[in-house]
Amino acid sequence: MKENLYNYILGIADNSLILGQRIGELCGHGPSLETDIACTNISLDLLGQVRSYFQYAAKIAGDERTEDDIAMLRKERDYKNVLLVEQPNSNFAYTIGRQFLFDVYHLAFLAELQKSTDLILSAIANKCIKEVSYHERFSSDWVKRLGDGTAESKEKMQEAINDLWTYTDELFYQTKADKAMVLESVGVDVTKLKGDYYKRIKGLLEEATLKIPESKWFQKGGKEGVHTEHLGYLLSDLQYMQRTYPNMEW
Amino acid sequence: MTKTEQHIDPILIPILQQVFDPEIPVLSIMDMGVVRSALIINGIVEVEITPTYSGCPAMDVIGDDIEKALKDASYDSRIDLILHPAWTTDWITPRGKKALENYGIAAPLEADADKEVLLNGKRIVKCTNCRSQNTTLVSQFGSTACKALFKCEDCQEPFDYFKCL
Repeated sequence: MKENLYNYILGIADNSLILGQRIGELCGHGPSLETDIACTNISLDLLGQVRSYFQYAAKIAGDERTEDDIAMLRKERDYKNVLLVEQPNSNFAYTIGRQFLFDVYHLAFLAELQKSTDLILSAIANKCIKEVSYHERFSSDWVKRLGDGTAESKEKMQEAINDLWTYTDELFYQTKADKAMVLESVGVDVTKLKGDYYKRIKGLLEEATLKIPESKWFQKGGKEGVHTEHLGYLLSDLQYMQRTYPNMEW
Repeated sequence: MTKTEQHIDPILIPILQQVFDPEIPVLSIMDMGVVRSALIINGIVEVEITPTYSGCPAMDVIGDDIEKALKDASYDSRIDLILHPAWTTDWITPRGKKALENYGIAAPLEADADKEVLLNGKRIVKCTNCRSQNTTLVSQFGSTACKALFKCEDCQEPFDYFKCL
């Protein structure tokens, strides 16, 4: 089995899986019908994308493993998502802030992944980028609407950005598998995306009349499997059916 | 991997025309452009379909429906899901667009015009109820993954728009 490629794919897919699960929590709880539907649509897109990645990963694994096993039957430490995407929906500003900080990265990442020498990964990226451009439009519009809205919405949006800022640097952290895949021109060299990322984020925050956080201290660990306390609770929800009724199918 | 043309055995076209999108029952999968190839190889029909949206729950049903339609016509089949080239709304045929309009879903505009609508909110999408051009985008996300929600400012009716990919 191609260990590095397998781990690389999981690293990409876990971000979408965990974020998809998180934003899907708003189903029936969105602040308005339109935002509720938008959040669940984004969740559906992300989970659909995850299926393409996991189906490919299962093929590489070449054993009994299926896409469902990969999604549902790993332990907390085996998930390779960034800490940002597992952060809770403390309020709508956090939901939007988390989505925004990830979408801007996701879009830039997929644009590069389209150039991968791995034809399946480039095909998946080519498919996903069309959907993600709608996500980014949605989340950045809302950052602007809340930031440049009422005194209260501005305060909440600023607080969410300030709190989530500490998780942004990890987007550009490279694991051993990441580095190996970059060398083979399969993976994206995320370190090269960092400059443009912060430039774009800062531009959008300024448009939203928000302050750019000054903190230079960043939290990381998710990509190596060391997560915040929030992931365990999320997984217990996500995995409930498979853990309770092993091997069940629809 | 890079083929953009459809390769479909003419014998199979009438059969595949009878398979419809389960969520938009007026739209044949042929008019939707999701069937990329269908060829009879060693007595088995090999069909390649491509998803509209990654998370489209209709794809599994479409695969099953194709298999069933072919079975009814005495063909065994194998359905493969392919991702490349990625599906685009440009592949919806003129007949498919007409079927959408008649069903009450505004058909996707050309890709460039669509970007104008979704990114700047310009009023180009016509109301499916009264044909007015005085419409506004309510949300980029609608009742299914492939639709955006619009509202007509003249007749006040909300309506779906099949958004461009």
